[in-house]
Formats: sequence, C-alpha cells, structure tokens
Amino acid sequence: MTATAHLSEEIVARARELVGLYPHPRSALIPICHLAQEQDGWLRPEAIDEIAALVGLTPAEVLGTASFYEMLHTEPVGTYVISVCTNIACMLRGAYELMDHVQDALGVRAGATTTDGMFTLEETECIADCGRAPCLAVNHRFVGDVTPESFDELVDGLRAGRLAADIPPHGTLARVRRAGGLRVDDATVRSEREAAAADAGGGA
Amino acid sequence: MMAVTEAPRIVTGRLEYEDSHTLERYLATGGYEGLRKALGMSPEEVAHEVDAVSLLGRGGAGFPAGRKWSMLRKAPTTYLVVNGDESEPATFKDHLLLERDPHQLIEGVLIAAYAIQASRAFIYVRGEFALGLERVQSALNDAYGHGAVGRDIFGSGFSIDVVVHPGAGAYICGEETALLESLEGKRGFPRIKPPYFPAAIGLYGEPTVVNNVETLSNLPWVIINGSEAFTALGAGRSTGTRLFALAGHVRNPGVYEVEMVKTTFRDLIFSPEYGGGVPGDRDVKAIIPGGVSAPWFGPEQLDLPLGQDEVAEAGSMLGSGSIVVMDDTTCVVRAAWRITRFFWRESCGQCTPCREGSGWLEKILRRIEDGDGRESDIDLLMDVCDNLAPGVSWPPQQTTICVLGSSIPSSIASGIRTFRDDFLVHVKEGGCPYG
Repeated sequence: MTATAHLSEEIVARARELVGLYPHPRSALIPICHLAQEQDGWLRPEAIDEIAALVGLTPAEVLGTASFYEMLHTEPVGTYVISVCTNIACMLRGAYELMDHVQDALGVRAGATTTDGMFTLEETECIADCGRAPCLAVNHRFVGDVTPESFDELVDGLRAGRLAADIPPHGTLARVRRAGGLRVDDATVRSEREAAAADAGGGA
Repeated sequence: MMAVTEAPRIVTGRLEYEDSHTLERYLATGGYEGLRKALGMSPEEVAHEVDAVSLLGRGGAGFPAGRKWSMLRKAPTTYLVVNGDESEPATFKDHLLLERDPHQLIEGVLIAAYAIQASRAFIYVRGEFALGLERVQSALNDAYGHGAVGRDIFGSGFSIDVVVHPGAGAYICGEETALLESLEGKRGFPRIKPPYFPAAIGLYGEPTVVNNVETLSNLPWVIINGSEAFTALGAGRSTGTRLFALAGHVRNPGVYEVEMVKTTFRDLIFSPEYGGGVPGDRDVKAIIPGGVSAPWFGPEQLDLPLGQDEVAEAGSMLGSGSIVVMDDTTCVVRAAWRITRFFWRESCGQCTPCREGSGWLEKILRRIEDGDGRESDIDLLMDVCDNLAPGVSWPPQQTTICVLGSSIPSSIASGIRTFRDDFLVHVKEGGCPYG
C-alpha cells in the first residue's frame, strides 16, 4: 500500500483474509465495509475507493451496494449509534413513549447526531430482542427492558467511558476473528465429492 | 387443563447452563456425537433419516428440509447456506440459538453438509447480531481445533470449510434468493422465479440448499435419537417441537420450546410455565400467530393447536414462530400502521405494487390514526391491498417477485375485517380513541 492509503494495514490484512474465504472476491464486500466502519465509523469516499480495489469493483458499485443496507453508513455518524426499536412488539410495551424520552434526553430527533458527535439516534426496525421489549441497541450491543431511568444511566455510562468494555466503538465484526483462513483447498473438496458421487453412482 | 406436554427440549436443552455456548459445555452434554454418528452412515442414509422425520423448515415457509435436500441438482460444486438473517418483527428465536448454542448449529450444518455432500457451507448471520456473530465465529474456531470442521473431519475422510458471513441490515435478505444475492456481495434483491428453488440455481449459479438456523439445530438430536423418537412428538406433518417467540401483552415474553400440535395458543399465552397470561388480566383482542406477515387471529382461535396445517386451515400461518398478543387496550389502526411502516421501509423497491403500495398504505393509515382520515379511506386501503394481493385472500395471490409485497395486506385486512368500527371511530371522532 502507498503512503496515502486510507485503510490501516491491519484492516487491509483482515480484508485480504476475508477475500480469500469466498470463491468470488465480491462476496467479501459487505464484511469489508464493516471493517472500514470499524476504523472510521462510516464509509468514507477514500475507504470506498480502496474497498473497490480489494474486491475488484468500481467505487460506484461498492457505494451502490452499500447504500442498500441500513448498517452501512454513507454519511458520518456519532461515536455511538443508538438504535431504538419501535416495531410492533416494542410499541405495545411503550417504545414510542421511550423514544420521546430519548429524544428529549439527547436533544436530537431520530436520524440526527448530537452536536458533540457522541450519539447518533436511529428509530430502528425489530432487532429480535422482543423478550426484553422495549429494547434498543448501542453499536449493535443490545439493551433490554429499557426505562427512561435506565436509559439515562446508559447515556451517563457511555459519556463517562464506563461501558467501553461492553460496547466497543463501531463495527459488528470488531470482536470477530476467524482463526486462520480456509483449512481445505477447493481441489481437495472437489476430488472428494467426485469420488463420493462415483461411489454413489456405482452402487445404484 | 393445561396441555403442557412432557416433550424433551430438543434445541434448547442446553440453555439452562450459563456457558452453553462453549465447546467444553457442548462436549460435556453430548456435543458432536450426532456428527460422529452421521459420518459413520452414508450420506444417503443421513438424508433419508431427515426426510423421514418431516422436519418442516423453521424459517417461515415451513417447507420440509428433507424434500428441499432431495431437490438439489447433481453438480460438481454445491453449497449449503444457513439463513440466520432473522428479521421478521417479533421473531427472536434464532437470535437465541446463535448466541446461546452456536455449536449445536455448527453440528447441524456439518450433518446437513455431509448429507448433501456440499462443497462449502456459509452461515449468513444477521449483521445486527454482533454477539451472535462473535459466538458463532468463536465456536467455529473451537470446532476446527477439535477436528469437527475442516480437513478429514474426525478421521472420516469428509472435509468441508464453513464460513461465517455477516449481513448488513435488510429484512429482505431473509428471503432466500435475496440472501444469496447479498452473500454474493450485491444489493439484496430477490431473484425472479422460476427457478423457484436455489436447489437448481443458487449461490454463484450453483445448486444450493438454504436452511434456517432452528431447522439445522434439530439435526444433532434427530441423528442421535432417530427419526421415530422425533416423529413420536407432534402430530400429522408437524412433528417434533418448535420454538415460539412470544411477545407483546404477556406477563413473560420470551422464547419457548413446545411440542407441536399438542400445545395450543392458549397454553402458550396463559400457562404459568410460558407466557403467564395478559398483564392486568385484560382480555385478548387479537394475536398475530406467525410473524407480521400473517393474518391475525381473535380470542375465538386461542384453542387452535400450534401445528402448521391446523393454523393454515384456520386462515393464517405459523410462519416464523412469532406470536404477538394484543390486549383490549390496543389500537388496531396504530398496530396495522406500524407493521405497514415496517414493510414500506423494508421493501427492496424492485416491484411497483410493493414499493409504491406500501407507502400509500402507510400514509393512509397514518392519517386515519392522526384523525385526518375519511370514511372512504377504509375502502381505499382494501383497494390498494387488492393491488398487492388480488382478492386479499389467504394464502395470498402475488403481484411481486417475492412474498414481501403480498404479506403487506395481512395486518390491514385483519384489522379492517375484524375491527372495522375501530377504523370508523377514528374517522368520526377525528382521532385515536385509545389516546
């Protein structure tokens, strides 16, 4: 990589490993977008250019794909993205009342970022934690049975840095590491399958 | 009175342990024994065993897993893809299995991969499940170390790699052809049918089986205990147990594993072992029996058994295994509006009826809820629904590439047909009577 590379060497190394996991490099596109957000919080144009090179696409193709997905941000977001679920199960248990409180507490409407860049508030669809409705997620770490009081405590904890161990900064893959690459080469698998198919055919 | 059966817990048996997600706990509780047994059988025998148990897919469509496997086109390269993109509102059972028993899923994946002789397996996990992704990848790493995945598994000569793949937030990617597009690194646009099944043309154009997390999690038990033990549970085509995610107005929302058919909606909602009834002992106004794509039931259907065919005959579906209870304080206009808003936000935009219709329906419902509706809006809603699913019947007719579009009318038609007065009061009083 040149000195002007935007993505860190570590991210690029992880991205190359991801590319190696798939029969076609393009499959690594979404996972690599997650890695880029781990570094920057969102998909910066420079990152998109480098992701495109990694998977053999144009930047427009990367952006065109990424913009389809809720979790991939094409604009800057706060350090913590707070996603409050208001879908049916949470709505029945007071999610909109909670949302009113959250908006007042943070001083922003859903879709906006606080002026200090600390929090982006989202109204999200069901995050599959309905047993603890109303629920929310902070950088995709789930928090259930949320009350106005517990929300205020959560925000205080985040501001004070007390929750850093529980809620890492960006990236759904921030703590996901595959131990090494593929363990079986495609040629081995293919010859084994052909042998198995021949056995099955011979027995029929 | 309560027909809570003595059925074993097939997929949640390990969850009583805090460390249920670890390899140590898994091995201490019979883990990977099913895989060892399967590898001692021929792939055809394993497939036959699964076909014999009538394992209806636990993702939503309820298609028998064994039949899906048997449709796989013979080819040098075939894939197994796990659908872990659980996103149907109020469905949270696969989320639990991914976080709390990832080895059970991995073992199921390997048994299935062996049976269909897949070249590689991919576990597509909903992107928002950060902990689930961590747990599945970590379990997979440990399984490799244990010799349960990778080269020459347990010395059997069978080899396969398994790759964990994150989604990035899109309900539509739970539709299996959209999931495959997403796994190929594209926008999650459902593919035009035919071909109806990825078993003919799937991932990268190769024959592919797509199975749900819960479906595959049943396999270790099935192989160890045999098909007869499994079919002894449940009745008819609905064999075994099933996970139900119970949410909304119940005292104890959560995920419960119950025997199919032998258990009723009433058992699940009211038994102290499960839902524990409605808070404040209020009356049930309506229940959503199988995810928000399903038509609603009223209190008169509470005694229906939790069986796929039984619920279908009554005009709805068990679908994704989600049950939402709404008590008599619930505004059905608001409930239908919120569900419709979800579909509007999640429509992929390929088909006009879905892309445009969902937005119109959301706006009309919104204005009724806000007190700006007209009486003619009720017929207008049904007219738009008719454009999405002609006849607004069940199962729905389709005007779109996938079933997202034809699912949108379910909540609206249920609301209007059963609670028309609720809609009328909103219009006449110029606002929501429920506050």
